[in-house]
Amino acid sequence: MRKVLLATCLGSVAAFAAGGASANDELIKMSQNPKDWVMPTGDYANTRYSKLNQINASNVGKLQVAWTFSTGVLRGHEGGPLVIGNMMYVHTPFPNKVYALDLSQDHKIVWKYEPKQDPNVIPVMCCDTVNRGLAYGDGKIFLHQADTTLVALDAKTGKVEWTATNGDPSKGETGTSVPYVIKDKVLVGISGGEFGVHCHVTAYDLKSGKQVWRAYSQGPDDQLKFDPEKTMSLGKPVGKDSSLKTWQGDQWKTGGGCTWGWMSYDPQLDLVYYGSGNPSTWNPKQRPGDNKWSMTVFARDPDDGMARWVYQMTPHDEWDFDGVNEMILSDQSINGQPRKLLTHFDRNGLAYTMDRTNGELLVAEKYDPKVNWTTGVDMNKSSPTFGRPKVVDQYSTDKQGEDVNVKGICPAALGTKDQQPAAYSPDTQLFYVPTNHVCMDYEPFRVSYTAGQPYVGATLSMYPPPGESHMGNFIAWDGKTGKIVWSNKEQFSVWSGALATAGGVVFYGTLEGYLKAVDAKSGKELYRFKTPSGIIGNVTTYEQDGKQYVAVLSGVGGWAGIGLAAGLTDPTAGLGAVGGYAALSNYTALGGTLTVFALPQ
Amino acid sequence: MPEDKSLLRIKFAAAAIIFVAVGGIAFATGPVDPTAVKNEDGKYLDKEGNPTYKISADGIVDWYTYSGFRRYHSDCHVCHGPDGMGSTYAPALKDSLKTMSYGDFLNVVASGRKNVSTASENVMPAFGDHPNVACYMDDLYIYLRARANDALGRGRPAKREEKPEAYIAAENACMGKH
Ligand code: HEC
Repeated sequence: MRKVLLATCLGSVAAFAAGGASANDELIKMSQNPKDWVMPTGDYANTRYSKLNQINASNVGKLQVAWTFSTGVLRGHEGGPLVIGNMMYVHTPFPNKVYALDLSQDHKIVWKYEPKQDPNVIPVMCCDTVNRGLAYGDGKIFLHQADTTLVALDAKTGKVEWTATNGDPSKGETGTSVPYVIKDKVLVGISGGEFGVHCHVTAYDLKSGKQVWRAYSQGPDDQLKFDPEKTMSLGKPVGKDSSLKTWQGDQWKTGGGCTWGWMSYDPQLDLVYYGSGNPSTWNPKQRPGDNKWSMTVFARDPDDGMARWVYQMTPHDEWDFDGVNEMILSDQSINGQPRKLLTHFDRNGLAYTMDRTNGELLVAEKYDPKVNWTTGVDMNKSSPTFGRPKVVDQYSTDKQGEDVNVKGICPAALGTKDQQPAAYSPDTQLFYVPTNHVCMDYEPFRVSYTAGQPYVGATLSMYPPPGESHMGNFIAWDGKTGKIVWSNKEQFSVWSGALATAGGVVFYGTLEGYLKAVDAKSGKELYRFKTPSGIIGNVTTYEQDGKQYVAVLSGVGGWAGIGLAAGLTDPTAGLGAVGGYAALSNYTALGGTLTVFALPQ
Repeated sequence: MPEDKSLLRIKFAAAAIIFVAVGGIAFATGPVDPTAVKNEDGKYLDKEGNPTYKISADGIVDWYTYSGFRRYHSDCHVCHGPDGMGSTYAPALKDSLKTMSYGDFLNVVASGRKNVSTASENVMPAFGDHPNVACYMDDLYIYLRARANDALGRGRPAKREEKPEAYIAAENACMGKH
C-alpha cells in the first residue's frame, strides 16, 4: 500500500515538474507587479507592502470612496480580495461565495460561485464562519470552503476544475484559512483546535487536486515528516519520537496543533513557513508534557513536506496562545551582518526574530508592555532551558491547578495579536502591527472528549488591562532590536490586517468600522472614513488605468464579534457592574461590504 | 440576524402566552416567579418545581448558579457572548430566558435548532449527547435564569455555597466517573 502511494506521488511530481516550476515563476513575477494583488499576503514574504505611491502621506487626507460592493453575507468578513489584471476576486464567509468582478467594465460580476455545503458545519466553526481568502495560480482560483473542500475554479469562467476533501467536519475539522500555491502544489492547513482535531498541512497537486503529502503537527516521526537526525530545533537535531515523548499515551491523536494561519515561502531557500495552534484541551493539567509540536514555527520543504527546522514558542500551553500568526520574511542587518530574517508576532505577546535559513533565535521581546505571564525567553545558548519562556507561577493555570480561577493574565486568549496580519515596509524597516490590549481570568477544568463536540475545558473572562480603558493598539515595531517605535491607542482590538506602501502611508481598519491611514514614520493619523460595518478584513491596494486604489472588506464578526459585541466587563467594578466599557454594538452592525478608495479626479 | 430574529421570537412567545391565558389552559409556557421555595440537596426549586437560583442578600450564590457560570463560559459563550449578552451571531440568552420555559430550554439545548436561509446562517448545535453540557443542563438553566431576572450581574459570582454531596455523586455518575 505504502509503495503504491509512493509511486503515484513520485509519478505526479515528475509529470508536472515542468508545468509546476512555471506556475511558481509566474506567481513570483506577478507578485512583483504592484498593480496587482495576486496573493492574500501581497507576496510570498508576507510583507503586505506595495510599491504604489500615488497615494502618499501628503495627499492621503483627500481620499474618497470610489466604489462599493455588497457581498450579500452578514457574518464576519476576514481577508481581502485578489486583483489580477482587470479582474478582482472577492470571497465571503459561509456560504463561501466567490465573485469575479471586471474592474474595467463598471465592476460587473463576470461570474459567481456558491457551493452547496451542509449547514451542520456552522456550529463546529469555533469563532464565527469566517474565511480568510483565495489563492491564484496556473489560471485557477483556489478556495478552502468551511466544509474543508478545496476547490479549484477556472479564473476566467468560475467553472470547477477539481475538488479535494481536506477533512471531516463531523469530527470538528473545518476550513477557514487561505490555500497557497507553491511550485506545482497547493498547500492548505485545517482548523478545529477547540474540537480536539489532529491537525496537519496538506499539499495537493496543482493540476489534478491529488493529495501529494500530509504533515501532522503531533504524532510519530513519519506523520510529522521529521527526520530525527536532520530536522533541527535551536541548532540541534530533534531526535527520535520528539513529539510522542511529550504527550501522555494517545493524547496526541486529539491534540490540536491546528494550522489555520498564514504561510510564507522563500523561493531561494525553497522553504515554506507556518505556525501550529494550541494543544487540545484548554485544560493544561489534562495533557501533561510539552505537547510538541503545537505552538511551533515550522520550516518545511514544499516538495515532500519534510521539516528542515522547528521551534516551539509556548511549550505546554496554558492560555490558548495559538502559534499560527504569519511569518514575515525580510532581509535586514543585525549587528552589521546582513541576515535572512523571519519575524513573527505571536499570540503569547512575544515577537520573535529568527534566522530563517536555520531557525536560530535572534530576538524574542514583548510587543505589549502589559504581557505578564512570562518574564521573557531564556536566550542563553548553553542553558538547559534555552529558547523557553520563563513562566510566572502566579499566572500559570497549570501550577494553580484545575478549578482555580487564575486572574489578571495578560494577554488574554485572543493574544496580543491574533490572525490579523502585520505589514513590513523595507523603506522604514519597520513592522506595522495591529494588536489586542486585553487581559483575562482563566479557570481550567476537566472535560471529556467526544468526536465532533467542543473540547474546551476552561472558563474565561476578558477585559482591558487594569487601569486602562482601550482594548487595542496599532504599533510600529523594530524587529532587529525588539522595540516599539510608536504606538497608537485604539478603543477596540485592531482585528484588521495592515498595508504599508511606498507612499509612506500605513493603512488598517478598526472594529468600529474606520479605515485609517497613518504616517509610516510617526504614526500620525492622516485620514479616517467610517465604512458600513466593523472591519476585521485586511487592507489591499492595486492600480487600474493609472489610478491607485485602496480596498477593504468590512463586516464585523469573528472572534472579535463574540466578546466585544457585548462589551467587556470591568473587573474592578465588582459583581453586578454593567461594564464600564461601551459595547461595540453601539458603534456598528453586521453586513459585508467592500469599500474601495481613491484620490479625487 | 440574531437581533432581529430574537425580537420576533420574543414577540411571538408573548403572543402565545396571551393566547394561552385567554384559553385558560394552565401550563406554564412563560416565565414563572423564580423565587426558590424548596431546597433539594442544594438544588433550589420554584413553586412549579422547576430549578431556580438562590442568591442571598450578601451575594452568596447557590452551587448550581456558580457551576452554570463556569459551564456557560466554557461551552456557550463562544457563540452567545460573555455573561449571556449575545454576540454578532447568536442571541442574548439573558433575554431569551425572560420568556423561555425550562422545558423549551432543555429541548433547544439537547436537540439544537437550525435557521438557515438566504439571509441567515444560524445553527444552534445539539448538545444532548455531549456530557460536558448534558450533565450540566440545570446548572446552565439556573445560571441563565438568574441573569435573565437581573438577580446576578455580569462576571464571576464572588461568593458561593459549597458543592453539595448529592451533586458530586450525580456528576460522577453522569460523567461516567467512579
Ligand atoms: C456554535 C454556536 C453556538 C453554541 C456553541 C451555542 N449556541 Fe445556542 N444558539 C446558537 C444560535 C445561532 C442560536 C439561534 C438559533 C436560531 O436562530 O434559531 C442559538 C439559540 C439558543 C437558544 C434559544 C434562544 C432563543 O432565543 O430562542 C438557547 C436556549 C441556547 N441557544 C442555549 C445554548 C446553550 C446553553 C449553549 C451552551 C451549552 C449554547 N446555546 C451554545 C448558537 C450556539
